[in-house]
Order: sequence, then C-alpha cells, then structure tokens
Amino acid sequence: MTPVSYFEVFKALSSEALLAVTALAALTLDLASMRRAEMVMRRRTIGTVAVIGLLAAIIPLWQQLAAGSPRTVLLGGTLAVDDLILMFKLVIVVLTLITVLISMDYDVGRHVGEYFAVMLFGAIGMMLLISAEELLTIFVALELTSISLYILTAFHKGELRSQEAAVKYFMFGAISSAFLLFGLSYVYGVTGATNILAIREAIKSTDGLGMSPLLATGMLFTIVGFGFKVAVVPFHLWAPDAYEGAPTPVTAFIATGSKVASFFILLKVLFVAFAGLEGSAFWGHFASGWTMLLAVMAALSMVLGNCVAITQRNVKRLLAYSSIAHAGYIFIGLIATTKMGATSVLFYVIVYGLTNLGAFGVVAALSSRAGGDDMEDFNGMAKRAPLLSLLMLIFVLSLAGIPPLGGFLAKFYVFAAAIQRDPQNFGLLWLVVLGIFMSAVSLYYYLILLKHIYVVDSSNQSPIITPTYLNVALCLVALAVVAFGVYPKPILELLNSLIAAL
Amino acid sequence: MQVDWTIYLTFLGVGVILLLPRESKNMIRWVALLTGVCALLVALKNYFDYNAWVNAEVAAHGSLSDGFKQIANVPWIPALNVNYHLAVDGISFPLVVLNGFVCVTGILFSWNIETRVKEFFAFFLTLIAGVYGVFLAMDLFLLFVFYELAIIPKYFVIAIWGSTRKEYGAMKLVLYSFVGSALVFIGILAVYASAGGQTFDILELAKHPISRDVQIWVFPLIFVGFAVLAGMWPFHTWAPTGHVAAPTAASMLLAGVVMKLGSYGCFRGAMLLMPEGLEYWKWWIAWLAIIGIVYGAAVALVQKDFKFIIGYSSVSHMGFVLLGLATLNLAGMSGAFLQMFSHGIVASLLFAVVGRMVYDRTHTRQLDELGGLAKVIPFACVTFVIGGAASMGLPGFSGFVAEYQILVGAFQMHPVLALAAGISIPLTVAYILNANDKVFMERDQPAGSGGHGHGHDGGEHSHPALPPISLPERAAAIILMALLVIVGLYPSIMLNMIKANVDVFLRGAR
Repeated sequence: MTPVSYFEVFKALSSEALLAVTALAALTLDLASMRRAEMVMRRRTIGTVAVIGLLAAIIPLWQQLAAGSPRTVLLGGTLAVDDLILMFKLVIVVLTLITVLISMDYDVGRHVGEYFAVMLFGAIGMMLLISAEELLTIFVALELTSISLYILTAFHKGELRSQEAAVKYFMFGAISSAFLLFGLSYVYGVTGATNILAIREAIKSTDGLGMSPLLATGMLFTIVGFGFKVAVVPFHLWAPDAYEGAPTPVTAFIATGSKVASFFILLKVLFVAFAGLEGSAFWGHFASGWTMLLAVMAALSMVLGNCVAITQRNVKRLLAYSSIAHAGYIFIGLIATTKMGATSVLFYVIVYGLTNLGAFGVVAALSSRAGGDDMEDFNGMAKRAPLLSLLMLIFVLSLAGIPPLGGFLAKFYVFAAAIQRDPQNFGLLWLVVLGIFMSAVSLYYYLILLKHIYVVDSSNQSPIITPTYLNVALCLVALAVVAFGVYPKPILELLNSLIAAL
Repeated sequence: MQVDWTIYLTFLGVGVILLLPRESKNMIRWVALLTGVCALLVALKNYFDYNAWVNAEVAAHGSLSDGFKQIANVPWIPALNVNYHLAVDGISFPLVVLNGFVCVTGILFSWNIETRVKEFFAFFLTLIAGVYGVFLAMDLFLLFVFYELAIIPKYFVIAIWGSTRKEYGAMKLVLYSFVGSALVFIGILAVYASAGGQTFDILELAKHPISRDVQIWVFPLIFVGFAVLAGMWPFHTWAPTGHVAAPTAASMLLAGVVMKLGSYGCFRGAMLLMPEGLEYWKWWIAWLAIIGIVYGAAVALVQKDFKFIIGYSSVSHMGFVLLGLATLNLAGMSGAFLQMFSHGIVASLLFAVVGRMVYDRTHTRQLDELGGLAKVIPFACVTFVIGGAASMGLPGFSGFVAEYQILVGAFQMHPVLALAAGISIPLTVAYILNANDKVFMERDQPAGSGGHGHGHDGGEHSHPALPPISLPERAAAIILMALLVIVGLYPSIMLNMIKANVDVFLRGAR
C-alpha cells in the first residue's frame, strides 16, 4: 500500500472541505451574532453565507473539470475522482445552491444556522457518495446524507405532519440502511472485497460463483436498501408522507439532490460491481439477476406511482407519487445495461433533478404565500403570479414529458436505450410500452394541477410578489430545462464521452 | 425567406406577445394578426415558387423524380442520430398554406375575445407554430416533437375560453391525442430500432427495409396513433365533444388543421415507411373509413346542437381522406390530399358561422331555439350556404373536386367501396339543408311560447338586438369563401403539385 498523501486527498476533496467550513461558519455566525436579528434578515444573511460557500465550492470543481483530470483513486480505492464524478459533484452543488436560495425565502423556523449547516452536511454526504467506490464508504456517505435529511424533515417544529414525516422517514430509512448493510456484508463475505472493481473481478473470475445463493442474497438486500433510498415500489411508503410533511425546500432537496446521488451510486454498483449478474428481463426470457428485479420494481413503480397520483389533492404528495413513477422510468434505463442506457440514466437524473427542484421551488414560493399546498390553494395563480405560473407550466410539462422540454428527451432516451438493447426481438418492449402508456396517464394529473393554476378562478385576486433573486434562480432552472430539450447536444456528447472513458 | 420561416416567425410572435403588457389588448391582437399574415405570405410566396417549379419539371420530364424541396438538414441530437431536417413537397405545401389561412382567419374571428387576451394568442400561436413544424419536419423525431407541441395548447385554449363542458371536452381531447401519440411513440421506437438505430430521417428510413413481420404490427400502431387525431372511427369520439367545447378559433383549428395533422401523420409516418404493412392493412383502413363517413353523416343528421352537426360532419369528411389514402391509386390519393385542404377551409368556415356569428350573438346553439336568422344576420346565412354547398360537394367548390376523385379512386380499388361511401352524399345534403332550414329560415309554427320569442307573425325581428357582423368577421369569411371557389374552379393550382408527388410516392411504393 502506498503511503497516503494527504495533500492529494485535500486537493481532490477541496470543494467538500469548503462546504464543511462554510457549514461551520454558518453555525458560528448564527450563534454568535444573529440570534436577536429579525427572522427574514437572519435567513438571508446565513443563506448568503451558504451561497458564497457553494459558489466557492464550484471553483475547484470547475477547474478540475476544465483541466480534464485523469482518473485518480484516493485512500486505497475508497474514493475516486474522474470527470464524470466531478461533473455530478457539480450537479449536486448547483442543486444545493438553488435549494438554499429557495430556503432563504421560506420559513424554516428558529434554527436558521442549524438548518443551513445541516443542509450543507447533506450536500457533502451526497458528494462523497458520488465519489465513493468502496462499499463501506458508500454506506457511510449514504448515512451522512440520510441523517441530514431526517433532521431537515423535522424542521417544521410546530407542525405535527412534519414530525410524523420525520419519524416515518427515519424509521424507514434506518431499516433500509440495515438491509443495505446486511446485503453489503454478504457481498463482502462471498467476494472477499469491498471495492466495487475488486468485487467485479471476484464475481467474474471465480468459477461457479455466478449466482450463488449467498451472493444472490447479498445482491437482493443491497438492491432493497437502495430501493428504499430512491423510493421505488414496493419500498416507497415513506416518500409521500416525508414529501408532504417536510418543509418544501427540504422536500426539494430530498427529491433532487439525494435522488441524483443515490441513482448515480446505484448505477455504479449495478454496472460495475454486479456486472456479471444481470440476468435477463426480456419478455419470455426472464433469467434471475438484477435486471429482472429492477424490471419488476420499475413496472410496479410506474403503474402504482402514476395511478395513485391521480387521486392526490395535495401538490407535494402528487409530486411525491410522480417521483416514484419517475424512478420507474429511470430503472428502465438501468435495465438496458448498455452504455446508451447509462447515458440515458445520467441524463434523465440531471434533467429530472432540475425539473423537480424547479417545481418544488415554485410550490415553496407560492404555498407559503397562498397559505397551503393543496391544489385549491393554487387556483387562479396564473393571474396572481404570472411568472411563477409560467415556470410551473414548464416544469410540470417537462415532468409529463412534453417536447421540446428536457423531460421529454430524457424519457425518449431511456426508452430508446431499452429498445436498442435488443432490436431484433424487442425483448424490453413490454417495459417501454408500459412506460409510455403510463406517461399518458401521468399527463392527466399534471394537467389537473395546471388546470388549477391556469383555468380555475380564485376569489383571491391579490398579486403575489416573490423576491427577485428567487425569480431569477427559478428562471435559470427553467431555462436549463428548456435548453436540455432544445439543444441537448453538448451535455449528451459530454456524458457519452465520459461514459465511454470508463 | 424559406418556408421554414413560418415556424420561426410564429414563435417570434409568441415571444413578442409574452413580452407585451396584458392590458394592451389591441396591441396584442394586432401583433398576432401581423404574425399570422407574415407567416402566410411567406408560405404563399414559396408555394407559388414551388408550384411553378413542379409545372416546369412536369412539362420538361413528364413527371417528378423527387418532389422534395430541402430546407434544412443539420444534426440536432447526434447521440440519437436525430437531425433537424425540414423539407417540403407538394403534399405538405397545401397544408402549410391551409394552416396559414386558418391562422389568419382564426385570429380575425377571435377579435372579440376580451378575457386573458395575451394568454389566448400566446397559446394559439404556439399551436400554429407546432402545426407548421409537423408539416415541414422530415425527421420522425422532429415531427413527433412538433406534433406533441401542438397538443398541450389545445387543452388550455379549450379549457379556459371554451363553452359547454369545456374542461371535460378539453381533457378528453388531450388524453385521446396523447394516447394516440403514445402509440406513435412506440411505433417510432420500433421503426428506429429495426432499421438499425442509425437514423430517424423519414426519407432514409423509407429506404431501409423493415422486415415484414415488424411492419405488420408496427404499421397499425403508427397509423392508428395518428388516425385518432384524424377522427377515424371508432376513435373519433373526442372530435364532436372537443369541437363543441372549443372556442371558435380553436374549433376552426381543430377541425381545420389539427385533424389534418392526424391524416398527414398517417401518410408520412406509417404509409411512407411501411409499404408492406400498408398493403396488409389497407382494406381495414378503407372499411373503417367508410364506417366513419356514413356514421358521421348519419349522426350529424339527428343532432340538436348546431355545433355538433358540424363536429360530426368533420368525422364524415375526414373519413373521405382516410378512404382516399387507402385506395393507393393516383385519383384516390390526390383526392385525399386535396380533401385535406378543402375540408380544412370548409370546416373553419362552418365553425366560424356556428361559433362566432351565431352562438356569440344568440348564446344558444340548439336548433329548436334558433330560427329566422337569415333576416337578422344575412351575411351569416350566405356564408353558411356557401360553406354547406362546398361541404356537400357541389360542383364549383373545392369539395367537389376532392370527393369526386376519392370516389373514383375507391371505385378503382373496389366498386363496392365507392357505393358504400356514396351513401353519405344524400345524408350530407340532408343535414346541411336541415341545419340551414332550422337556423336561418322561418318557422311555420311558433317553437314554444315565449322563450326566445321567434317565429311569431312571420318571424319579423325574431332576434331583435343582434349586433351586426363585424368587419373582421366579414374579411375572414370572405377569404375562406374565396379559397373554396378558387380551388373549386381552378383546382390545378393545387392538384398539379399533389398529383406529381402522389405519382412519386406510388412509383416508390411499387
């Protein structure tokens, strides 16, 4: 083993370090001098500190990315840095940045410093998760993320549903962590390795190891653990309550940042560590392996997520069920198990993260002023807040997969990857057909939401004014969503080249 | 300017309207009208250039070797091999021009909209731009993008500015379209994959042999997916409710242009790419079309609501288009493409009469409550008679040229087809005359006592206080009527290019 060069580690993780410092600074500042300040003032000041930290964290990431850093492995293979990882860390930082901006305009209670600090810790967890290549590091990073999110969920201290949501989220999360750890321990036990590359070698090299019962158990429990984190059916039960109960910016964070990171690491574990265990999800040729498991979960998620969403009256719950459905679509890209599939998943995750963040951002800004987040509270918003309504239109239609928005291309790409997997016999066509028809179903409830905003009139006609920085931030997100649909060439080429390099 | 500027100009118009303050309603109307007129002029200029070119080619060589006029072809999404490929031929050109005319007249007929003017014209022009895009796109992916882009604005236009169960009608229409486009989506992916995953380009895909087995199951997916929007029986039920719920300009667009998106998609997406699938399914298409023709006409005859009559007549007339497409001969297919244009104008005109001229003034569309309007708003009556005559297929109007050719083509395919489709002709005459009689002519007996109080004393002033037909309405109606007569009396202005291109298609299909 080579001696650890801490300078190298620090250089590679400088953005995480910056965020940690910022989090501590936010805590200290709030504790030392802001206790007596007015609430709005406090939120804006501490939020600005967090924004500055996040902007500063972008710089080293950007520099490394622009320089084109070759793949380096740190600390004996626990963490890795390459362009793809850097890019996704950048995505996390940007998502966090916008979440912070949304939070600055949202009543998060008295503990302002703690709120922003915990959010930054969560972001650090996600960034570590993205660069982790070793089972235990993955687990620790995942826990750092999850625990931050449990705390954040409970931040509406006065509200019962926030407390309930936090407890529920925590219970489910803890159990899923146990599942995950259990699975990982079996995987380690069978392969004798914790590094995902080493696991792949072990699975491929050993004769007869292929799908031994122990390994199968390990894989199953690992996937169950991740299934909880990304909220696919049947491990989705926490999501609607947590989404509804948490303060809306936190919901946005759970639905975007943590999803992006979880899907990224899931992709890596499945495509690298379990590379020999795909099995088959082709119609009529099912063979045991993780694609089959995923296919079942994807089908259930798409059907249940979309159908249950129809009956929801609360916008946050609706978006929760829609994100369950979206997890199903993303799984289709994973099931394709090709490079195209990987690209499609990563593209989908980025677009989905931005779109959902934008949607929750609008919900946060409007619901806090309209007095609730039920559908009826959004009646007549097109007149009261024309700009935010237009943005919501863009986000929701992108979620529904309407061109020329990013969400459409993401869906198309995922489905095209699945079809391309087996162009002769169309083995995955069944999933694609299900996905396409379920997105037709989804249009119904998305349109119902838009109907409340655009069609239904409200007795309250008073205009809603939102702060300019928030408007600008959300406009930029919407612009990105449109740009990913209209001009996706740069990002797709980048993703393709990065994936080809792996 | 190339014809693709129709798309860009229209989007530009949307952008300008979004930037205008919502209070300056007149400004918004004029910007919308200006946008529509500019796009129309661009389309017309290119149309006549192309027409001259086709005539010269045909005169020189006897036929066209390739009818396409390429406009743009650049890589758009290289990762999926999607190109931004726009091209136009003698089949899409009439439809582009049709869209331009319906856009301009639709704006004129919407001049009286007072609520949320800004949003109305923004949605309206977005829809128009999407339609232009579909007619010009020559890449299957791009076509699908524009096609879906045109779906969503319909919902808002109907749900916000419509009438009579507007939210139901809007949702039904959008879900039907979207389920249709889901079928198309699956079909497109299957075509893409089985052609090697190299291209979405329609002209390239048409050269790729797709195995017969795949064609046989993919063809109906794409065809039916598009045909839902063309009002093909039994997937037509969105059409009457959607048309009735929509505000005038939207009904004009729906029946005038959007239904043509469906039939155009059937041709470009399914028939052009999968000749073997077409050969296998053509009898099914023909018979479903005939059921639609006769059923639509028969149901129109018994409607009580003026707008439902026109709605069902659209189903009937679109059946002619599908029948013409299925004949696969020169006469039938040329007739089908001419019918798309002709019905687009006829339907726009009739919906304008029903929705704008009659309903906006009387606030009722029930035949029993109307009557004697010929004396009050004679202009509306004249317009309806001319539109109705074209709808019946009276010689001298475009409808005659189109439907006559379709029937000839159907006869060549099988005489029974022409006979069966012919049943609808007396039915059409009957429902048009019936509507004309009940709405515009006097009643012998007083219909109910009190109520609207028409029909008494020979029907003098049965609707006393109706505002006169306004200038924008007159202008728009005259434009549409003129088109019917021009194409009816001088069909070669359109038929030459259609025939030359159908000829290219038929030579390729054999």
